[in-house]
Amino acid sequence: MKILVPIKRVPDPATTIRVLPDGSGIATDNVKWVINPFCEIAVEEALRIKEKQGNGEVVLVSIGQSTWQEQLRTGLAMGADRAILVITATTLDPLAIARVLAKVAADEKPDLIILGKQAIDDDSNQAGQMIAEMLGWPQATFASKVEIGADKISVTREVDGGLETIAFKAPGVITTDLRLNEPRYASLPGIMKARKKELKEIPAESLGVDLAPKLKVKTLAAPPKRQAGRKVASVEELVQVLHTEAKVI
Amino acid sequence: MGDVLVFGEHQGGHFPKTTLIAIAAGLDLAKKRSGKVVAVVMGDTLDEPAGTLAKYGASKVISLSSPALKNYLADAHSQALAALAKKIGAEYVLAAATAIGKDLLPRVAARLGAPMASEITAINDDGTFVRPMYAGNAMATVEMDGPIKVLTVRGTAFDAAKPSDAAAPVEKQGAEIDAGALKMEFVSFNATKSDRPQLTEASIVVSGGRGLKSGENFKTVLEPLVDEMGAAMGASRAAVDAGFVPNDLQVGQTGKVVAPTLYVAVGISGAIQHLAGMKDSKIIVAINKDEEAPIFNVADYGLVADLFKAVPEMAAEVKKLKHS
Repeated sequence: MKILVPIKRVPDPATTIRVLPDGSGIATDNVKWVINPFCEIAVEEALRIKEKQGNGEVVLVSIGQSTWQEQLRTGLAMGADRAILVITATTLDPLAIARVLAKVAADEKPDLIILGKQAIDDDSNQAGQMIAEMLGWPQATFASKVEIGADKISVTREVDGGLETIAFKAPGVITTDLRLNEPRYASLPGIMKARKKELKEIPAESLGVDLAPKLKVKTLAAPPKRQAGRKVASVEELVQVLHTEAKVI
Repeated sequence: MGDVLVFGEHQGGHFPKTTLIAIAAGLDLAKKRSGKVVAVVMGDTLDEPAGTLAKYGASKVISLSSPALKNYLADAHSQALAALAKKIGAEYVLAAATAIGKDLLPRVAARLGAPMASEITAINDDGTFVRPMYAGNAMATVEMDGPIKVLTVRGTAFDAAKPSDAAAPVEKQGAEIDAGALKMEFVSFNATKSDRPQLTEASIVVSGGRGLKSGENFKTVLEPLVDEMGAAMGASRAAVDAGFVPNDLQVGQTGKVVAPTLYVAVGISGAIQHLAGMKDSKIIVAINKDEEAPIFNVADYGLVADLFKAVPEMAAEVKKLKHS
């Protein structure tokens, strides 16, 4: 089975995000860049499927600038076979991202596309569903379990009020939720091997898809800050103030 | 121009609060764009729920039925919703940012070649929208181009629409679905059984974190307090990842976003990802034995205490208060 795994570079989730005073973006001077945590889970799931089946190929794809090679190399060190970096200097909106990835998928012809349900920077949660529609493929979002059957793929999804299971025949798109797996760390031999794996750069413009953003971020602002309140000395006092002062119970 | 098509998500004919919040956001948007709200209810048989939704302020409710819409599946529902949006010439397609809304609307947007803004929290007069990014650490003002735009609405950002005596007309239509293009199959739904209020509906939420140490302690220590307060139960990601409680209780950036009147965080340190899911609550209470825990920075009332002692005490105090 050939699996395409789109990954995104984001600020480390432990980073404190500061909005620039002019609202043009976030301060990136002290930011450590990592693979989006949900994308890491996607890489891990693809590798597990390949390992279980004993054959197949895991192809990573990312969209950005040449500096993004670092995150693709990390994915290759985890065990992916090769990587594609679609180069663009401009910020693409989710629709354009999906168009680029759908075009790469049309060229690569994978059996599955596995990607994170959302990137923790823009928190959009759109790309997987859009790619599925563009390719006319089924989608299984927010996956917590993936089972590859002889005939069908069944996916358990984390939804409101419980767990839902749906099934489809490949090809299809799966987006990962947190409970799907625990991603592995790249091993030292893995890191050595990754240096020699193919990492191909292609200019976004060469794909012939519409890249013009229809969703633009005009400004960013820091959210209103919540003031810390006060400490109470006992449970009795807590229940009293909730009743008489806050009037919420 | 300016018309808003609102997806009327229902649970077997019942409209959750999140749907009424989406209707309210739709009414606000339609007013600002000089349009009207058309709500759509989808399913295999629909007379009753469509009639219920007609009382909440939409100009019209369309009841869209097809055997293919029996269970929610993204491919059939996106086909039907996108076709309807085109047919009525809607400028906006809008849904609540629930598990279904998040699954469905991007697919609809791609089908329409339309941009989408996820989880908006405000609608500006100039046609721009506000949405959180970076786990709510930045609020973005976004601009959308094109004849049709797609939006999901964060459940905490608007007050739910209220019912009135006047009901809008309900129009029955057959859904436009190409059955040959459907490739998804519903297998099963394993519901989390609970008699408690839903997280996104409750006015009080009591959440537990890693400090509870086990699923058993959620049951024996936290749940009596939850029930004494008539609250919904929530959890931090750490507690869900550790398997203490089911995933649909997770509050945070990648789980549910709640803003109840009272949020009680028990044994939760307060990672930014958790704060993203509850910091708009009216009153926040934190109970934690670590007085340096970041949760205290957002709490209106903090109690530094051993939760295994404090939580049963609190349940007893609340009980006393109720009977006084």
